[in-house]
Amino acid sequence: MSQLSLSTRGRAVLRNSLRPQTPIPRSHYATIVIGSLGLLFGLWALLSYGGFVQPAYFLPTPTEVLSSGVRMTLDGSLIEQAWASISVIITGWALAVVLAVPLGILMGSFKFFEALFEPVVNFVRYLPVSAMIPLLILYIGLGFEEKVAVIFIGTFFQLILMVADVAAHVPKDLIDSAYTLGTSRLRVVTHVLIPATLPGVMDNLRITIGWAWTYLIVAELVAAEKGLGIMILESQRGLRTDRIFVGLVTIGLLGFLSDIIFKWLHRIVLPWSPRIR
Amino acid sequence: MKFRTRRGAEVVAVDDLSLEVADREFVSVVGPSGCGKSTLLRIVAGLVEPSSGEVRLNGRRIDGPGADRGMVFQSYTLFPWLTVQGNVEFGSRLKAMAAAQRTKVAREYIEMVGLAGFEHHYPKELSGGMMQRVAIARALANDPDVLLMDEPFGALDAQTRIIMQELLVGLWQRTPKTIIFITHDIDEAIFLSQRVYIMTARPGRIKQTLDVNLPYPRSLDVLTSVAFTAMKRAVLDSIKEEGLKALSLIETSA
Repeated sequence: MSQLSLSTRGRAVLRNSLRPQTPIPRSHYATIVIGSLGLLFGLWALLSYGGFVQPAYFLPTPTEVLSSGVRMTLDGSLIEQAWASISVIITGWALAVVLAVPLGILMGSFKFFEALFEPVVNFVRYLPVSAMIPLLILYIGLGFEEKVAVIFIGTFFQLILMVADVAAHVPKDLIDSAYTLGTSRLRVVTHVLIPATLPGVMDNLRITIGWAWTYLIVAELVAAEKGLGIMILESQRGLRTDRIFVGLVTIGLLGFLSDIIFKWLHRIVLPWSPRIR
Repeated sequence: MKFRTRRGAEVVAVDDLSLEVADREFVSVVGPSGCGKSTLLRIVAGLVEPSSGEVRLNGRRIDGPGADRGMVFQSYTLFPWLTVQGNVEFGSRLKAMAAAQRTKVAREYIEMVGLAGFEHHYPKELSGGMMQRVAIARALANDPDVLLMDEPFGALDAQTRIIMQELLVGLWQRTPKTIIFITHDIDEAIFLSQRVYIMTARPGRIKQTLDVNLPYPRSLDVLTSVAFTAMKRAVLDSIKEEGLKALSLIETSA
């Protein structure tokens, strides 16, 4: 390939990448992503290995983080802490889902339930869960249940409103069509409303489990024996920033993983969903 | 079927209207936008309750929506979680029809609308015209007494619309049903139906009735025939007056 055509193509790619709503080939997209991540990593490496940050322990080098991570995985402590956090999240979040989804669908579909629940839900939604932690500790004590309660409160009220929104936006024509095919009011809920809300609800589940991590870490920072949050806190006390980074990276990876899992689930369980192309 | 309707909601959508449609007749209602023709159809479907007046089907007053009055909407209202076959079978499933019978009926109607081979496709994989064909098949497969159609081809491009119109007339001749068809397209109304009701601007009333004495089957040649053009002219004059009223460009008569 001649040098002239290379630079023309290069300029074309650059132009398209910066044109609103213009697609670019996957390979180019991937290159830019890798480039950006590489740049960040390079910056980190430069600052840490180059000793530009003082005191040195403020920014651990990539090797320090990696070796800490490997050590903590091998001796089982990372898995233990991670598992403690994960089990709290799954329990709290699942509880919230089991209650919020049906109630949300009711709230979004029937004015009666909307009038019944919405004022309370809307008010509680704005109360920061972190501020409620002292109260919860008072009521429930320290321990697994209290942290589950934090996750539950944090996700339940947001989720119910999001699900209600999805349910309220099911096209009225869809429901009317069902009526003209002979569907009774009860069966409209089971046979039309619920299936119609599934893609939206699935998306909401994916988003809220991500939020659950933030609430958990706060809860653990306040009071916990085990968990990634408490691990980070203790590492801070020992000035072990490499362990802190391990904790952060682990949390990030777990969140990323749950996102991927939900996107995959969406595709498998709801192949008909218009949200996937 | 006979219906007589009055006001709908605080805005008088339809006022003092009386219509009578015989079995297996294909009638259409034309009028300017906002004249209440959709409201009228929804009242017949039982989706909206008239403030006064009633709708009778075969002598009995209707009470809410039901499978006896099937409807096709302008927005494609296919159930996205069901395949083409699943959609067309929806009504039969509700009636707890036997599986073999259900499949047979569904396949029949899917073929009638020219979608054989697409039974297992999801709506998201279909074009607008195809989706509307499935909607029609779904409504017909449920064997309603009356088929109500609310500007079903409005969202389609001109070429697809013509094909769909021919398809619909063909279907009606094969399996005759009472059809009430709403449109703002005069050509469509005259081409398809045996009788055209012209509605006034809001509050809607029947201004004029036109009997379309063209024989079936109707091909596209009809569209340019002298008789057709004369009828179209008559409707156009009537509609234009209403259209202008709807745009409030001339005074509405008391």
